Amino acid sequence: MAKVEKCSCGDDEAVLLERLVEIISSFKTKPGALIPVLQATQSLFGYIPQEAILKISEILNEPLHKVYGVITFYSFFSLKPRGKYLIRVCLGTACYVQGANEIVTALKQQLNIEIGETTPDKLFTLDVGRCFGACGLAPIIMVNDDVHQFVKPSGVKKILGAYKKNKEVNQEEET
Amino acid sequence: MSHAELQALRNVLVKSKEYNSAKVFVCAGGGCIASGSKKVKDAFVSQLAKKGLNEKLNIIETGCLGPCAVGPVVVIEKDDTFYQKVRVQDVKDIVEKHLIGGNVVESLLHTVEEKKVSKRSELPFFKNQDKQVLRNCGKIDPTKIADYIAVGGYRALSKVLTAMTGEQVVQEVTISGLRGRGGAGFPTGTKWGFARKSKDDTKYILCNADEGDPGAFMDRSILEGDPHSIIEGMIIGAYAIGSSQGYVYVRAEYPLAVERLQIAIDQARTFGLLGKNILGTGFNFDLEIRKGSGAFVCGEETAIITSIEGNRGEPRHRPPFPAEKGLWNKPTVLNNVETFSNIPLLINEGGAHYAEKGTEKSKGTKIFALAGPVKISGLVEVPVGTPLRKVVYDIGGGISTGKKYKAAQIGGPSGGCIPVEHLDVPLDYEALNKLGAIMGSGGLIVMDESSCMVDVARFFLEFVQDESCGKCVPCREGTARMKQIVDRICEGKGEMKDIDELEVLAKTVTNASLCGLGQTAPNPVLSTLRHFREEYIEHIRDKKCRTAVCKELIVFEILDVCNGCQACKKVCPVNAIHGEKKLHHTIDEAECIRCGLCLSTCKFDAIVKY
Repeated sequence: MAKVEKCSCGDDEAVLLERLVEIISSFKTKPGALIPVLQATQSLFGYIPQEAILKISEILNEPLHKVYGVITFYSFFSLKPRGKYLIRVCLGTACYVQGANEIVTALKQQLNIEIGETTPDKLFTLDVGRCFGACGLAPIIMVNDDVHQFVKPSGVKKILGAYKKNKEVNQEEET
Repeated sequence: MSHAELQALRNVLVKSKEYNSAKVFVCAGGGCIASGSKKVKDAFVSQLAKKGLNEKLNIIETGCLGPCAVGPVVVIEKDDTFYQKVRVQDVKDIVEKHLIGGNVVESLLHTVEEKKVSKRSELPFFKNQDKQVLRNCGKIDPTKIADYIAVGGYRALSKVLTAMTGEQVVQEVTISGLRGRGGAGFPTGTKWGFARKSKDDTKYILCNADEGDPGAFMDRSILEGDPHSIIEGMIIGAYAIGSSQGYVYVRAEYPLAVERLQIAIDQARTFGLLGKNILGTGFNFDLEIRKGSGAFVCGEETAIITSIEGNRGEPRHRPPFPAEKGLWNKPTVLNNVETFSNIPLLINEGGAHYAEKGTEKSKGTKIFALAGPVKISGLVEVPVGTPLRKVVYDIGGGISTGKKYKAAQIGGPSGGCIPVEHLDVPLDYEALNKLGAIMGSGGLIVMDESSCMVDVARFFLEFVQDESCGKCVPCREGTARMKQIVDRICEGKGEMKDIDELEVLAKTVTNASLCGLGQTAPNPVLSTLRHFREEYIEHIRDKKCRTAVCKELIVFEILDVCNGCQACKKVCPVNAIHGEKKLHHTIDEAECIRCGLCLSTCKFDAIVKY
């Protein structure tokens, strides 16, 4: 199985597409390959671009409607590019009874976006999740793979600040 | 590797220096990692190196030790000291004062009734548990197969492959009385027996590690803490039914679980415990991980199968049952993570011995994921049939908020709520069913008086409606209509006839849905209606939510203690707060959107909601 690299946002999509073709081909003989291929695509591009869908359909010999059907069925796949940081607020039962809804409200307000949207600077995408299995630490939010625990609505600003700061640091490094 | 070589390796390991050196266990379960346990472990390594102790002491990153809420947790093996909320800066103290000086660091100990308790075995959280399936969780490094072998891992596999027929394995599992831990409680031996009888050459064995139930994390903890026990259980299952290929379907939300399970599978393969000619007995079996992609319905038996085949994870009609026609139309057995983890245990001690624990109809132990406002939330294992009160109070330490216990929600979206008058219910399949709840996979969420039970019902309806695959109408439309009604009630627009309508709809959805998701989706509504009906009536008749949770029914008020600091006025997104600086403020109820930001901002407790 081809090794799937982490999201390389910013790389030329044409290069990524070439890499994807290799990945799809390596999965070709595997039974039930469509979903692992889509997972690889999602982590390669950060979303599933249309060109990728066409390639997948062609190489795996799956009808386009089926590929779209599978993508839209599972919440991990996105047809739209996501921000650098995907914030997911856990709305599992434990988090919910301990005030996760108020965290969603605070995040919406701070970021000035709705659930499913991305900030204009492409830094944050806001989403909700259904239980991340860390109920002992409720309420929690996940920013990419980082878990923030016992989050309070008043603490949201600080969490976002840390990621924003990180962005500035990176920019300084780049210039 | 042969059977004899495995035995020899175990003997060598048990006598090895590493195995016999004193150990420091640092919890590296998902919860403790989130609290910073990796850095604590690194601090131990560098501190011990500084003191020249790294030869004598072995730092082990373990799977979940249990009490997630007080992480990162550390256990010193030699005197069984349990340290909680350990920060990097505490490590120096532990090393110097305890490991070198021999005195425990009091400030990091857990307090029970105002007394510091140092020994793990004396803490109520551990003392009242019976760790069987979790026996290795928190004791071994999940990324090292040698650790698992040293504590007796793969012994059951050896026994099965060298001294038992498949039929005998099925029999042993049947005698044990083990029932599927995924929720439905179907007898595992019976399921294996069906698949074994099938004459097909190709059979599959699947492990359900999709654990989508909100409030459940026991499978996650086993995957992260003792992955080899699942693999061993699956190989034994494969041998029993005659399968040579298995899949573990793990949810993508559990990246650490996927990583550790993959490491374990690779190691098992290297050791000749997976692949061709396992332990030199001629038995072939291999295992592959398939990642879920975020769909709750994929925890359902036939939906998992459809998903592994590469489709939308929609359930199928049963019959034919998967034991007859499952994955790629071949006979298939699907068991949950916890079920497989039970297998090595019951093979080692024998089915009859295993069956000594539990109740008449439900044997063994069950792991519960205890969460919500309890003092110590985390992973709890008790014999089936243990009273709920014991889990919430003796193990969990009772309610943490100073408020009263109101209900425990058990079994996720397919389950129900247990009110205070039934706190002594034994946690077994039958007793819970009688109360309209289910054992489910073991998610146990405690709620105090601040939870609105109508809102809880709304929460679960939203969940199942969101996660319904949409294939069948009763589930797709029925849950949507139920949600509309409950929404109306929560908004203060409900009518008395709504309650009857909810009950009628619930019956239809239960009876007419295709799969388990739909059939059980109305349970949280029915259960709250049964035990907390008066709350529904209050919402409808009095337009009142006694817990001030249902937004549309809340009133915010600024009390006289307000000193006019204007902090609330500044955060109000709709300018509903009026008043001059240093003068008492007021909230315009008509403009207020009840977001609660003012309440969380006020530093003087001058704002109340009711």
